[in-house]
Amino acid sequence: MSPRRQLVLPLVCLGIVHLAVLLAGFIAPYNYAEQDRNLPFAPPSRIHFFDIQGKFHFRPFVYERTEEEDQFRVYQELTARQFPLQFFSRGSDSKFAGTVATNLHLFGVKLPARISLMGTDSYGRDVFSRLVYGGRISLLAGLLATALSLLGGTTLGALSGFYGGWLDAVIMRLAELFLALPWLYLLFAVRAFLPLHITPADAFLMIIAVIGFVGWAKPARLVRGVVLSARERGYVVAGRGFGASDFYLLQRHIFPQVSSVILAQAALLIPQYILAEVTLSFLGLGVGEPVPSWGSILGSLQQYHVLVSCWWMFFPGVVLIPVFFSYSQLSQALQERFV
Amino acid sequence: MNAPLRQSLSQFIRRSWLPACVVGFSLLLQFAAAANSSSSGEQLLVTSGATGHYGGHLVVSLRSEPKTLNPVTSIDVSSREVIAQLTADLIHIDRASQKVVPSLAQSWTVSPDGKRYTMQLRRGIHFSDGVVFDADDVLFSFKVYLDDKSNSPQRDLLTVGGKPITLKKDGPYEVTFELSQPYASAERLFDSVAILPRHLLEKSFQENKLAQTWTLTTPPDQIAGLGPFRLRQYLPGRQMVLERNPYYWKIDRAGNRLPYLNDVTFLFVGNEDTEVMRFEGGETDVLNRMGADNYAVLEHEHKQDVQLHDLGPSLEYNFLLFNLNSQIPSASKELSHRQEWFREVKFRQAVSAAIDRDSMARIVYHGRATTIYTHVTPGNQLWLDSAVAHPARSVDHARELLRSAGFSWRSDGTLLDHSGTAVEFSILTGASNSQRTQMATMIQQDLQEVGIRVQVIPLEFHAVLDRIFESHDYEAAVMGLGTGDIDPNAQMNVWLSTGEDHLWNLGGKGPSTPWEAEIDQLMKEQVSAVQFAQRKKLYDRVQEIEAEELPIICLVTPNLLVGAKVGIGNFKPVVLDPHTLWNSDELFLVGDQRQAKR
Repeated sequence: MSPRRQLVLPLVCLGIVHLAVLLAGFIAPYNYAEQDRNLPFAPPSRIHFFDIQGKFHFRPFVYERTEEEDQFRVYQELTARQFPLQFFSRGSDSKFAGTVATNLHLFGVKLPARISLMGTDSYGRDVFSRLVYGGRISLLAGLLATALSLLGGTTLGALSGFYGGWLDAVIMRLAELFLALPWLYLLFAVRAFLPLHITPADAFLMIIAVIGFVGWAKPARLVRGVVLSARERGYVVAGRGFGASDFYLLQRHIFPQVSSVILAQAALLIPQYILAEVTLSFLGLGVGEPVPSWGSILGSLQQYHVLVSCWWMFFPGVVLIPVFFSYSQLSQALQERFV
Repeated sequence: MNAPLRQSLSQFIRRSWLPACVVGFSLLLQFAAAANSSSSGEQLLVTSGATGHYGGHLVVSLRSEPKTLNPVTSIDVSSREVIAQLTADLIHIDRASQKVVPSLAQSWTVSPDGKRYTMQLRRGIHFSDGVVFDADDVLFSFKVYLDDKSNSPQRDLLTVGGKPITLKKDGPYEVTFELSQPYASAERLFDSVAILPRHLLEKSFQENKLAQTWTLTTPPDQIAGLGPFRLRQYLPGRQMVLERNPYYWKIDRAGNRLPYLNDVTFLFVGNEDTEVMRFEGGETDVLNRMGADNYAVLEHEHKQDVQLHDLGPSLEYNFLLFNLNSQIPSASKELSHRQEWFREVKFRQAVSAAIDRDSMARIVYHGRATTIYTHVTPGNQLWLDSAVAHPARSVDHARELLRSAGFSWRSDGTLLDHSGTAVEFSILTGASNSQRTQMATMIQQDLQEVGIRVQVIPLEFHAVLDRIFESHDYEAAVMGLGTGDIDPNAQMNVWLSTGEDHLWNLGGKGPSTPWEAEIDQLMKEQVSAVQFAQRKKLYDRVQEIEAEELPIICLVTPNLLVGAKVGIGNFKPVVLDPHTLWNSDELFLVGDQRQAKR
């Protein structure tokens, strides 16, 4: 496969995931915090084409479900009434692409029936909706933290490689120090020190800041290496001879060399940082309830009874697989393309 | 852990062993009559359970490793659970009938003024190392417990009306205890106060080294007690094995000396989920207590060799606690402002009315829980005030209450106080307790309906305790308290405004509201009232004040759920602690179990 075609598949895959997450309010049939206390830990809804008489319906439908008497978490379908699946239905209020208020949803069913493609959690909240909304936190955390650490890493790495000398020595020793830091424990410590009154948004930004702050060292070392070799190239030396300023040289001749390394590095770092956020939320140190993140949805699997009887709670973990795989393909393709 | 917190914890644990309730004197006499003098001159106690067979062993899990085997210093639950198997008390609370029964004291009389208790001790019985027991051991034990330097949690328990109990020896098998004032059902105080062997511990007590004796590393032959079992082996981090005490002082109806089991092994497993997995895997025989989730998993499996028991409401009460502390060392302006809402009784009533307790019982505990409106749960039928109302959830009523207290709503539905500040607060829960976190998250959703924004903050459990007991730096918390006994005396530490666990306003500065003063008065009166009817009336009033003023907003009480392998004879789990091993001396293995164990 040509490098270009190698790039297409992961990019398309990531594009779809990110678009879905961006349009969470539209794609998710329910709000992430909406509880239906009559449906705790209900398995995914069954979507029917045939009714109990065996008659085929062109428009798929679901039945309302109720908990069987005296049997908790065992649900039966009330087949008396069918609830056809409606596309572009009106439901609970949400924000389209995070900005425009709307109550339009990609699909839904009329109340009292509910459609839960991936089952419900302990409060009867729709896991599919939470997964889509949760992707905002998890994916955005990866992107922002990567941007932050690359910004720091590139700046410090370029300075270090370009000027060398004592500056280089100081920055690189510092980088080694940061590389040796056990970041997970650092995150625990920082989270424990935070004040109690931290809103989910603040907690989210804090997590990004910490992950990004700790992560600058690795890209810095890479960038330094590239800059170090680039500044000895003939055209750079020539440019310097013609009296070009440091800034001009960096911007015009050196950064184009570095950009490929940064891109490949980004494709490597993003999944790492997504995983970092998922881990923190899994352990209950991420954004607080009721705001979902993939990690916090997975977190309920720490309870034995969920682990053994609610397989649908694994969905966020399943979604992570194509995301990580795409990023890994992307980083490989980028490396091959540029090197 | 810092000292005061440790103390508070010890309070919890100690109180859970503290006695209570009305005395069945007729029962006493009946038991006393059953006492049997064997040929060797031993006055043995004849039990009423089914006659079993000797042999076999039982494996039980403990969630944490015991810290010590010393009854004088132990405060943690695991240590106390093991020590209960190794030792015996003078008067015991029968866990099934919840009444007091003779133990090492085979009978006792109370003076007419209710202050003097004269006990006749069992004659000719032996400690597990074969040394004879007599009144000197009792004298020595109480000297140790009441000694200031021992730092024993039992000391507070044995202090009545500000003065420690005094005792004197009337003869080799008779002792008299004297209280400074009449104390309702004082017999219950003696439950679980282990009698120590003077011959083994007197030296270290005199040398002031008692706290360092009977640690986990002490060789088994230096530890002896009057319990059904004695220590055989301790493997750090893994297990503790107890073996049958051949000198035990109880016999069955056929005259066989108890206990039947050869040994009992305590496995240290860490947490409830591991406990359940080990039980499922057949590694343990008894599951002392489990959550409704795990109960459902086991129920679902329908295993032939497992018996599951739902014993109905337990004595544990879960509640929402508001920070009403009047003295907070480093209170922020924000917290002080929020406390103004919390102190408004209509605000608390509105919160209570807005909470959907039924859903909590259904979702968090799979229906294996009961909604409660005071701290006395339906598990405590004797003291429950049935007159306390059980209002259904009503968001409208909550709004009405808030409106009449001067709150209003912004156009987007947010609740505002009289100064126009949006009403919001945070709820702490212990992160490891998924049930309480779940309850807090449900409260979050419920209160959103009346326009209150709530944040749920799961923290490590010790951090929660530290904030509640030490720094008082919190707004609200979802907590649970258990109690080992049904008697109101077991609740003194919580309900007296000077009590160490007076959670909502700690510091022991006395009552800060008229109703707290009234509760103080009522609780003190019930301690010295001797008639049950009188005490019940006083305690009912306490519950009514609680339901009205809501210092804590009680939510639900989980059912007590236990599991065991089938084929354990005399297995009768109960609501009182310890739920399963309280009659370990009578347990035996039947049929297949016995075969398998060989």
